[in-house]
Amino acid sequence: MQTFIEQAPIVIGALNTGFLQTLKLFFITLIGALPLGLIICFGEMNNWAPFAALGRKIAARRGETRFCRFCSWFKPVSLLIKLVIWVVRGTPLMLQLLVIYYFPGLVWKNNVWGTGETGRFVASAAAFIFNYACYFAEIYRGGIQGVPAGQQEAGQVLGMTRGQIFVHVTLLQMLKRIVPPISNEIITLVKDTSLSRIIALQEIIWAGQAFLKGSQGISGAIWPLFFTGVYYLLFSGILTLLLGWTERKLDYFRA
Amino acid sequence: MPVLEVKNIRKHFGGKTPVLQGVDFSLDRGETVAIIGSSGSGKTTLLRCLNFLTTPDAGQISVNGETLFDAAAPDTQREREIRKKRLHFGLVFQNFNLFPQYTALQNVMLASELLAKERPDYRQNKKQILAGLRTHAETLLQQVGLGEKMELYPHQLSGGQQQRVAIARALALSPDILCFDEPTSALDPELTGEVLRVIRGLREQRMTMIVVTHEMAFARDVADRVIFMDGGVIVEQGPARQVIERPQCERTRQFLSSYTSI
Repeated sequence: MQTFIEQAPIVIGALNTGFLQTLKLFFITLIGALPLGLIICFGEMNNWAPFAALGRKIAARRGETRFCRFCSWFKPVSLLIKLVIWVVRGTPLMLQLLVIYYFPGLVWKNNVWGTGETGRFVASAAAFIFNYACYFAEIYRGGIQGVPAGQQEAGQVLGMTRGQIFVHVTLLQMLKRIVPPISNEIITLVKDTSLSRIIALQEIIWAGQAFLKGSQGISGAIWPLFFTGVYYLLFSGILTLLLGWTERKLDYFRA
Repeated sequence: MPVLEVKNIRKHFGGKTPVLQGVDFSLDRGETVAIIGSSGSGKTTLLRCLNFLTTPDAGQISVNGETLFDAAAPDTQREREIRKKRLHFGLVFQNFNLFPQYTALQNVMLASELLAKERPDYRQNKKQILAGLRTHAETLLQQVGLGEKMELYPHQLSGGQQQRVAIARALALSPDILCFDEPTSALDPELTGEVLRVIRGLREQRMTMIVVTHEMAFARDVADRVIFMDGGVIVEQGPARQVIERPQCERTRQFLSSYTSI
């Protein structure tokens, strides 16, 4: 049994390696999920209703029937995306990690993720990106719909295209609105990365827990696991400052 | 030849009560028309139809003899072309709808900057073009009395100042017809005056304007012609003084008496 002083450098080294993996998963998730969320959001807001014209025709002739209401309600793209968002938000992320990691190998008999740490990382990243993109999509939608309709109309009247209105009018106002809820998700993500422990991704919880069972000559030590909390606290502290700064940067206008 | 001709515009929402039941009117160059009428009479919907924010169910809209919209001809309703057609009209909203993230000057310049990007010579003469647009925007802001406030953001301006920026923004694209949708309804009486003064100034420059308003004195003194709408149709129209002081229809009299009785 070594002393704490002897344990510390070994433990810190292992936790640093683990935290590096945590950080990698965190940033990869953000890089993937922030833009993917916007695409999902656009899909959810897609207004394509193939039978709408038919419904209007019938409504004009025979009055508003139940079928007419169905025609205007039936927006396949939007409905499909809503279904996906429901499933992703309605089931535990841990379950999604397990399914994404094990399903290809066990059911298709083809482990697309490969073996080893790289495979676990790619599978984790896929699960996290998809899961967080769905939450981001809902936040984006709230942000876009929160911008008053008059803003778009003002752009239209000035002859702007839909794309120009989104980029030059809506986007920044939406960003200002979504910084607080997105900050919330980002802080949650820091800690959620630890869920990938369930498929043995060697992130910081995995690294800390290893010293419980025994690793590098240290076993039965609980403090390394507790000490991982310091890493999370420091990192989320830095993020809180950074996100607060972003919020203040957008304070120059009121929307 | 009239600048604007509107024929038989009809609109109903969701298959229920019609909002516009056949509106016809025309507008001469340099003429100012005030549209009055109670809430729900279709005034705002009419302006929104003119600016292609709402698509009429029936009717035609022509500007300078060119048919911009014909409900019976789907090829006049393509999104791309509608965008260009909107430029014939300017619209000033009741609640300003300035872009909050831009300064007064940027608000006025934004649309013309974006349009300039479509010019073939934009890349070569970028600096000159932008300088020209900036000078134009500055002139317009000075014209509405905001030469000192150009670098301020909308939330730093009073309601009256915001509405004047909105007027300058609508003028920046030199529309043939400038529409106002109750431009002073969101303002207190003190601020109303400064906005109405700007509109009065535009009338002196012979800008063609349609003003939906509840300011009867303003309609009487500034407009050439007054249109009274009720239930989605034009009930009465004529020279401003005549309609407001000696209305011919019973419904117009009833509406106007509610103003004098306060």
